[in-house]
Amino acid sequence: MSMNDAGRRSAIGQAAGVRRPLAVRRIRAVLEAMLFAANRACMLLLVCAFALPFAWMLSTSLKTLPETMIFPPEWIPAEPVWSNYAVAWNSGPFLTYLLNSFIVSVGILILQMLTIIPAAYAFARFRFPGKGLLFGLVMATLMIPAQLIFLPVYLMLSDWKLLNTHLALILPFASSAFGIFLLRQSFMQTAEELIEAARLDNAPEWKIMLRIMAPLARPVLVTFALFSFITHWNDYFWPLVMTTNESARTLPLGIAKIRETEGTATWNVLMAANVMLAVPVLLAFFAAQRQIIRAFVYSGVK
Amino acid sequence: MARIELIDVVKRFKGETVIPNLNLTIREGSFTVLVGPSGCGKSTTLRMIAGLERQTSGDIRIDGELVNDTEPGKRDVAMVFQNYALYPNMTVRGNIEFGLKNRGVPKRERERLIRDICEIAGLTPYLDKKPQSLSGGQRQRVALARAMVKNPKVFILDEPLSNLDAKLRGQMRTELIELHKRLGTTFVYVTHDQVEAMSMGDRIVVMNKGEVMQAAPPMVLYEDPDNLFTAQFIGTPPMNVLPASRLPGLRTEGEGHAEFVGFRPEHALLSPETAELTREGLVIAGQIATRESLGAEQVYKLRCEAGSFFVKSFLNPYVGGDFALAVVPFERLYFFDRDGNRLRRLRAVRPQLAAAGV
Repeated sequence: MSMNDAGRRSAIGQAAGVRRPLAVRRIRAVLEAMLFAANRACMLLLVCAFALPFAWMLSTSLKTLPETMIFPPEWIPAEPVWSNYAVAWNSGPFLTYLLNSFIVSVGILILQMLTIIPAAYAFARFRFPGKGLLFGLVMATLMIPAQLIFLPVYLMLSDWKLLNTHLALILPFASSAFGIFLLRQSFMQTAEELIEAARLDNAPEWKIMLRIMAPLARPVLVTFALFSFITHWNDYFWPLVMTTNESARTLPLGIAKIRETEGTATWNVLMAANVMLAVPVLLAFFAAQRQIIRAFVYSGVK
Repeated sequence: MARIELIDVVKRFKGETVIPNLNLTIREGSFTVLVGPSGCGKSTTLRMIAGLERQTSGDIRIDGELVNDTEPGKRDVAMVFQNYALYPNMTVRGNIEFGLKNRGVPKRERERLIRDICEIAGLTPYLDKKPQSLSGGQRQRVALARAMVKNPKVFILDEPLSNLDAKLRGQMRTELIELHKRLGTTFVYVTHDQVEAMSMGDRIVVMNKGEVMQAAPPMVLYEDPDNLFTAQFIGTPPMNVLPASRLPGLRTEGEGHAEFVGFRPEHALLSPETAELTREGLVIAGQIATRESLGAEQVYKLRCEAGSFFVKSFLNPYVGGDFALAVVPFERLYFFDRDGNRLRRLRAVRPQLAAAGV
């Protein structure tokens, strides 16, 4: 009898044991659905935070000046005023600004690629005395803001008679601690066997770096290139400090000037100029989009 | 074709001695397999020959030439890596061509070589594909083609089959043996799998803790091991080893004192306890613990007073019950001293009648 009881009890226990996970599963499913919704809501909020100002800029650039002042604001102008763009373009030597911006941003990019690839390669692959200290120094420069060093750099460039030239805007950014760090991580993840195989293939060190390692780090390189391009394309502070006339000034300065020169702020023209400023960056982003996603997915998986 | 000599080679990693003192000659044109448990120094040895690792002291000669200070790319050595190490950013053609380009082989010559090698390796349809889109076996072939195209003096293979599934592994094994026959180049092959070693090598170097335990052709290794380690490393299941003092029916004569007695599982014959013994040899009574049937053969695990041991039989399954007598012919017994060294001058004799009351 007692054995029978024990058997029944264990059977009940088993049934409960089956039922409980079911209930838990249902609760979990509801929770997961809620989490998913919350997740999407957060994402939507983020998208709005980034997209709304952009849309506002676009909308304003097509308004008349009185329309920009209406309260409550209106999203869609009664009739798009395309001439704002022409006004913005003609308000200063915009072609020069544009050219300067290109020369500076691309110049910086090229120099950075030339310096960060070998530096990151050396930090990732070689053992040499003082490596830790040197890398520490490189990292430390990440913590120093431009505002802190612009004065000595200004004086130095002034001594070299480089103020008001493109070089004054390019040379201080010829290398990038961030880029070295990012690329070093990527180089360190590359399988050692690949390098050994290349060594057995009689490849010199520079060839291993350029033909094997750099192509493998392509997503990282593209991502960094985009960050660098956007940063220096939009940079306002440094060109403002290092230039005093139009010859080397870049787009952000030109746009700021629109605001300064007109008595009242012509927001519509200013926004038209801003759109023109943003277009090349957007184009660059779309071109590099896939590589960027890959760079982050890669590091996520590894 | 080249002979490789390692003379008094020592390797230390950060104060830890991996290879205390290695003297090894790899004959020219041989298919030499370095085999041993992981951490025995076989891969280190291989990497030192390739030049990827530098020995702490000692000399390495390839084809008589001292290569201590020669860069890996200049040693005329080609290597196939365990994970193939194909350049992922290059096509199959690019992978094969890279080494040739670095050697300054002219374009037309390169194209001819690549065409020939891909014909042999069956890679022609994949020349413009990236390694990621190839199967494991195809990648393996690319790795081989990349090595072969350089026409090296020495071929080095570091566990090249361990990433393949069992069926493909068997197939590649045969292909590698054929390749060695056709090229006639010296092959140095590292594996931890003794079956792979036995089936491929014409000379096997058994290593343990950085030392060569025995270097010999496969069958010599199997039938005439120098020591306990080799005896127990080669063979599936490995050689049975029992303490001599706990085998009452054993009488020996000759030089030395046997601490351990060994015999191959297939040399023991099972008989029912009650049966008349028709063969002469060492008799061990035991209880059958497990039976494994592999189709052509049966493997029994027996437990006796001295320990447990395996018996392999190619005959019909044993039906005599749970107890059995294992009979091992005297000439099939191996004796080892306390340090595991083989005692070749010792042999077993028939026990005197008084003691043979089994």
